[in-house]
Amino acid sequence: MRVSLFITCYNDTLFPATGQAVVRLLERLGHTVDFNPEQTCCGQMHYNTGYQQEALPLLRRFVRIYRDAEAVCVPSSSCVAMMRDHYPKMAAEQNDAGLARAVDELLPRVYELTELLVHRFGLEDVGAYFPHRVTYHASCHSQRSLHLGDLPLRLLRKVRGIELVDLPNIDRCCGFGGTFAVKMGDVSAAMLAEKMRDVENTRAEVVTAVDNSCLMHIFGGLHRQRAGVETAHIAEILAATESDEVPA
Amino acid sequence: MTIRVAESAQAPSFQKAALPLLEDAQLRRNVRHATDVIQLKRAQVVAETVDWQELRTTASDTKAHTLRYLDHYLLQFEKACTAAGGQVHWAADADDANRIVADLVRGYGGNEVIKIKTMTSDETGLNEALEHEGIRAHETDLAELIIQLGRDRPSHIVAPALHKNRSQVREIFRETMHLPDLGDRPEDLTAAARRYLREKFLRVKVGICGANFLVAETGSVCIVESEGNGRMCLTMPEVLISLAGIEKVIPSFQDLEVFLQLLPRSATGERMNPYNSLWTGVHANDGPKHFHVVLLDNGRTSVLADAEARQTLHCIRCAACLNACPVYRQTSGLAYGSSYSGPIGAIVTPQLLNMEHGQSLPYASSLCGACYEVCPVKIDIPEVLIHLRGRVVREQKSALDAEALAMKMAAAIFASRRRFEAAQRLGRLAQGPLVRKGWFGNLPGLLGNWTRVRDLRALPPQTFREWWKQRAKNAERSGHA
Amino acid sequence: MPDARDAILERICSATRRGADENAPARAAEEFAAIARPYLRAGRLDAEARLHLFIDRLHDYDAHVVETSADSLPRTIANVLQQHGQRKVIAADGLPHEMLPRDFEFLAEREAGIEDLNECDGIVTVCTVAIASTGTIVLAHGPGEGARRLSLIPDRHLCVVRAHQVVETVPEAFDRLAPSATHPLTFISGPSATADIEMTRIRGVHGPRFLDVVVVR
Repeated sequence: MRVSLFITCYNDTLFPATGQAVVRLLERLGHTVDFNPEQTCCGQMHYNTGYQQEALPLLRRFVRIYRDAEAVCVPSSSCVAMMRDHYPKMAAEQNDAGLARAVDELLPRVYELTELLVHRFGLEDVGAYFPHRVTYHASCHSQRSLHLGDLPLRLLRKVRGIELVDLPNIDRCCGFGGTFAVKMGDVSAAMLAEKMRDVENTRAEVVTAVDNSCLMHIFGGLHRQRAGVETAHIAEILAATESDEVPA
Repeated sequence: MTIRVAESAQAPSFQKAALPLLEDAQLRRNVRHATDVIQLKRAQVVAETVDWQELRTTASDTKAHTLRYLDHYLLQFEKACTAAGGQVHWAADADDANRIVADLVRGYGGNEVIKIKTMTSDETGLNEALEHEGIRAHETDLAELIIQLGRDRPSHIVAPALHKNRSQVREIFRETMHLPDLGDRPEDLTAAARRYLREKFLRVKVGICGANFLVAETGSVCIVESEGNGRMCLTMPEVLISLAGIEKVIPSFQDLEVFLQLLPRSATGERMNPYNSLWTGVHANDGPKHFHVVLLDNGRTSVLADAEARQTLHCIRCAACLNACPVYRQTSGLAYGSSYSGPIGAIVTPQLLNMEHGQSLPYASSLCGACYEVCPVKIDIPEVLIHLRGRVVREQKSALDAEALAMKMAAAIFASRRRFEAAQRLGRLAQGPLVRKGWFGNLPGLLGNWTRVRDLRALPPQTFREWWKQRAKNAERSGHA
Repeated sequence: MPDARDAILERICSATRRGADENAPARAAEEFAAIARPYLRAGRLDAEARLHLFIDRLHDYDAHVVETSADSLPRTIANVLQQHGQRKVIAADGLPHEMLPRDFEFLAEREAGIEDLNECDGIVTVCTVAIASTGTIVLAHGPGEGARRLSLIPDRHLCVVRAHQVVETVPEAFDRLAPSATHPLTFISGPSATADIEMTRIRGVHGPRFLDVVVVR
């Protein structure tokens, strides 16, 4: 299949290794990856902070770039949540029937990475090898907006060498919340402290998730404490194989 | 008309009010314990209710329908209640309501009232208004009594004293009830409250309550409670006054079969709370001889006018969203500057005040969605929060505000590939002085709120798109070779 | 204040974008009837299982439950009262005489003042309907159920529930309560309780601390 990658603005800029892992993984599974460099951002930061007008051109841009894609892969549940939860309403408010139709037609072809692997490709074992103690954090959008359920865990359980440990309070927010982390910095820090306690109680070497935004937040706290715990986007674990250098 | 919601107009911003609370280890421990216990109980009784989602849907549809015909249902309620011997009053704002209640109490020659916990009277500041008129209000709900005697503020919609532990409660009771030998077991404290209040239940002539539901069809009022203090206030006094928001009306008696399944499970994690009382006007030889309902607007009609946020008025004040909220969990309700706290408070308070106060509240959420998941009447609180943030930006913020300018600039960058790529390169260059050994030091401005407690890796030497381009070039080269 | 009334009603009309509309009641009724009610209305248990569930739920609330037959009811009531050493007991007005033990002297509700209620050892009532799934008894305060204060002020409440009065679901209870919709109604689920201090459930704050339910099969 020809998969169009929407890397997202912050993965592109801050976490290129995640994008590289997605490409490596999809190509290993026999698919062709497309990357259109016209892409920028889904508009979530603007929309959720109250700048809804500013998010609209980004919706139009997304539809223009991907309207003919066979499948769009997004390694970020919160960006997919932005599209599914808000694009239809935003388009409807424009009284632009063409735009609304284009959104309706495109959205069913937009997949978060683990949805693409499990729902579209019917895969759970992607042939990965990752010999580490790992705990999985269920990001808020992945569970309450995308309802991924145990999709990511089904993929992780099939990774060879992995020692998967349950994260207590797996579904509790880490306190990132986009601009929340800086607007309400102290409250966000208190939420992060609870999340870090839960992580450290698992004695995991690596925390993973389907969103680098949460991981950036959790890792930012862990690293400040010199906790010696790493974070890795799920794509990086699923892309790892025996022939790789020791990852993480 | 002056719309007022408790003290919220004078309250500091959420982030400011949160600071001392985050320092209070005892309070945070109490809140964590209480919300953990309620959440666990709720989860159990919700899981055993096989038709939970269907009940939620019907409740939400019923509330949405009622709001579309709110005038009709209020008039129907007024007619039925009046026919049954009740009297209905209408109050445009908090002062109106307080004045109506004070006049009624004085009219019946009373200078004391006993009260059932009512959020609406906290909203209007009724106790203070009555005190101003020389009328003493006795709170009779155990938690409200703790708050009143301790001169504290409520921190939770259902359990307002949840931020106090047993020894803190003992101190308050010891001092105010003059009980030097009082023990600190919850049994001791509860028994002390029973003795303290019983005399008042048997003596005071006017009772004041809120309303969980007003039934339009029959003119009945429903109160849901646990302790029996509600039943005392509803049946022992000669005069009963119910202060109710206009959104409390439901069309029919039968609708209670839905709401009375959702509310107790959501509020206290019980299949049914110990007591539900329903009454219709005045009943011969049973209960008060005079019954009054005060229907309060106080900004509700302006919430109704905002189609995107109207669902806020579905709320049945169960507080499930508070217990589930990771933000509330850190700060308690005391940071919300209003008796309405937690996620629902963050949308109710600023809207009642027509967005003129409480503008920080819509931002007091990480939008994690836990509130929507547990809401028994399906209020999409994150959606409403985002909508209200939009209103803050459009109605309150100057175009020259630093955040607004930054957002405009970011929008311009994202609007063009060329500008986006230039910004990525520029970021890498500009970060130089701020980066040490691959990590950002303390960042200036708002971003400093990040680096105060979290590290941040410097931008990597290559973006994804640069890697992609390079890879294509390499492939082309090796293809040519 | 009639002007506040008019102002509020007008604000509602303009907020819901409806002018004064004479057809509103009819349309409201039509739309209301169309609201879907896909939740469980009818129960699924047989009579025995239903009673079992009811008793189970009552135990959950710390209520004291005794099962008996119609014939043994007076003796059972006498036993329960004796067991708890109750002497001064008030019987709700309208309680069927054949239900009460003959060798026990009850004070009649109509003769009991507030002081009697405050000092007595307990009271006896029947109920209108009981709900198995929630362990609830509902008083409509008709004959034998007492005025509301009767089951409120005393410390102990003995309620007689007949098997045919027990329904499984809350909606079934509302069907049975429809004729009493404008009566005072009291739903009682276990003894009065609070969890306001550290979420520890404490029995008996202001209402009866003890609830005895006698189930008549």
